[in-house]
Amino acid sequence: MPKRVLLGLLLACGLTASALAQEPKTGGVINAVIQPEPPGLMLAMIQNGPTQMVSGNIFEGLLRYSPKLEPQPELAESWSVSEDAKTYTFKLKKGVTWHDGKPFTAADVLFSIEMLRQTHARARNNLGQVDKVEAPDDDTVVFTLKQPFGPFLGIFEVGSMPMVPKHLYEGTDWKTNPYNNAPVGTGPFMFKEWQKGSFIRLVKNPNYHEKGKPYLDEIYWQIIPDAAARSVAYETGKVDVLPGGSVENFDVPRLSKLKDTCVTGAGWEFFSPLAWLWLNNRQGPLADKRVRQAIMYAIDRDFAKDAIWNGLGKVATGPSASTIRFYTDDVPKYPYDPAKAKALLKEAGYKGEKIRLLPLAYGETWQRWGEAVKQNLQDVGMNIETIATDVAGGNQKIGDWDYDIAFTYLYQYGDPALGVGRNYVSSAIAKGQIFNNVEGYSNPEIDKLFADGAVATPDSRRKEIYEKAQKILVDDVPVAWMLELQFPTITRCKVKNLITTGIGVNDGFKDAWLDK
Amino acid sequence: MKQFWKSMLRSPSGVIGLIILLFAIAVAVFGPMLFPNSPWRMVQRPFLPPFTLSTVPLGTDALGRDVFAGMIFGARVSLLVGLISTLVALIVGVPIGAMAGYFGGNVDDALMRFTEFFQTIPSFALAIVLVAILQPSIYSIVASIAVVSWPPVARLVRGEVLSLRTREYVQAAVVTGQSNTWIILREILPNALSPVIVLASLMVATAILLESSLSFLGLGDPNLISWGYMVGAGRTVIRQAWWITVFPGVAILISVLGLNLIGEGLNDALNPRLSREGR
Repeated sequence: MPKRVLLGLLLACGLTASALAQEPKTGGVINAVIQPEPPGLMLAMIQNGPTQMVSGNIFEGLLRYSPKLEPQPELAESWSVSEDAKTYTFKLKKGVTWHDGKPFTAADVLFSIEMLRQTHARARNNLGQVDKVEAPDDDTVVFTLKQPFGPFLGIFEVGSMPMVPKHLYEGTDWKTNPYNNAPVGTGPFMFKEWQKGSFIRLVKNPNYHEKGKPYLDEIYWQIIPDAAARSVAYETGKVDVLPGGSVENFDVPRLSKLKDTCVTGAGWEFFSPLAWLWLNNRQGPLADKRVRQAIMYAIDRDFAKDAIWNGLGKVATGPSASTIRFYTDDVPKYPYDPAKAKALLKEAGYKGEKIRLLPLAYGETWQRWGEAVKQNLQDVGMNIETIATDVAGGNQKIGDWDYDIAFTYLYQYGDPALGVGRNYVSSAIAKGQIFNNVEGYSNPEIDKLFADGAVATPDSRRKEIYEKAQKILVDDVPVAWMLELQFPTITRCKVKNLITTGIGVNDGFKDAWLDK
Repeated sequence: MKQFWKSMLRSPSGVIGLIILLFAIAVAVFGPMLFPNSPWRMVQRPFLPPFTLSTVPLGTDALGRDVFAGMIFGARVSLLVGLISTLVALIVGVPIGAMAGYFGGNVDDALMRFTEFFQTIPSFALAIVLVAILQPSIYSIVASIAVVSWPPVARLVRGEVLSLRTREYVQAAVVTGQSNTWIILREILPNALSPVIVLASLMVATAILLESSLSFLGLGDPNLISWGYMVGAGRTVIRQAWWITVFPGVAILISVLGLNLIGEGLNDALNPRLSREGR
């Protein structure tokens, strides 16, 4: 265990050796910003970003993941995989109790899985290969798969598979269960109160199953709707933690320079948000691969990174973020090359047809990015019209396939079978959704590669398959990959060990402590 | 007419206002020809302070776009929106007010209740709602500004017409059997025009402010640069880069001031009750 913490520290915080030697101190209150106010805290039913961030303290999963996405124990103490890679046995930690004092057992795991299959779309998908789940005794859970499923050990994080108390939910109407408003989990912090529009208060779980943890007494999640006001709240000392994305990018350099302020981009390895442009492959000039390639050459992505994202993040090379398993950068490259873009457009016979660009209505940063991309594309002779719209209107247009180019960013969940394939396989094309295969790309070879990759064994075989898929996709440019986003977390330096895993702030504050 | 210009030029505020307006119009018309570079093009490194490079005299914004080019192209949008939306508001407001004032009775009641319906809604809120519903574009912005600006015109014209309606020359025209349209157009409106002109000059100023406010809130036409957009986009970085906000802000201030001065000058020139030299 200490080794894990050490590793996490080195990778996540980059702290100096002297800091490592420090003993965690107990006590203190952390004020953190939560943006926007979550619609609810019942993680099994609501998976919004802010819900995950707050409820990651209340609930727990069987496993958590290091910044390198290696599984680590949480509610499961150990696990083993059978020879044929179809049976996974988890040994649960003993002596774990729910916040109301009842013991946590294998029956809760079985119940949670049953419930999540109905309430949690991604969990349902992740559990698709599971044939049966059994609990031979109170501390053991055995998953039997229909066929080997490579990413299986990657689906047990708290946001993907939170454990729900069976004794409070069984036999009730889940949607109206009173515990949705005062959730009960096994996590390091317990729900205390929620003043709507003001704050959510969590208090220390004195009976937490990791002795001595958590170190903090309380967490206040402050709800501040205005971005400028959130920055000011940090400057004036009202809050100590600004999770990634809670202040506008242009405020990051200013806030980073403040006294006693630490900034880290760590803690997003599991989600690995990747920004790209949906290119409508179905119609018009963008149906031509050469036009799509021209778009990749025409856009100055380094400029976007430096000027719009303040140098944070990384220029994407293809469909996988570099933190995702089986990532390869051995793919065709698209440097900023307007001349080449023009030549490709000419070759494709592009005649100045109007192309509609849909920026993402998530605030200033995305608006500026839309303007920069528009200018890049106009510079190579494309006729771009920006469509102004709000979030709902944009989602509607994307869902109806009523766009030519549209901004987006999606999480990748660590493994190509969980977060990458869904955006390119033809079975994931469905009108009305804003995730998955929105661009309408359809390639039987890619379909087959992703289908094979999910179930292939061993990992070296999966690697081969996914590398081939990445090469084909990067050449076809079904969407225009922009940046691997980084949402810096800004904290006072006295807040230690806030981010220790690849799930970051969403993984709860159990290791965090205040240096007074 | 000669008399009008004479008295207009005699009022110092009118002269200053006219000079400002003519200058702004000249910039809007000829500026883009002299500086053909698109104001959206990223020409230099971002956040370049003003007066450092002669090619970008007023510095660059968060994306490295030329603030000076934005000012020049923005003049076109701001003035165009101001003038056209005022024109549309006049086209709607003048006939409604004239009819209400001239016919009186039920027509008056109906038209005035209709006008009040618009007046009871805060104009800026209504403009925001309209632009949001219609999707932001130059057309929806002009339309929404016109929709919120015509009621004062209608009320003003109605008042004027009501008082002119009882004058002898109007009654004489009625007695001689001239048509209502003829009487309104030839006898009443020309005499009611002075206050409307003054109001219109102020409405252009208000429209420029409204357009700026809408763009400031991100409800501008995303394909056209305007001063309000520049202020809105630069607002968030004002602590790092004051020039992105200040220059277009000053442009808005000066042009609105100019239009107000013109309004004042017009008022002096057109108001017969004010004693003038030589009378």
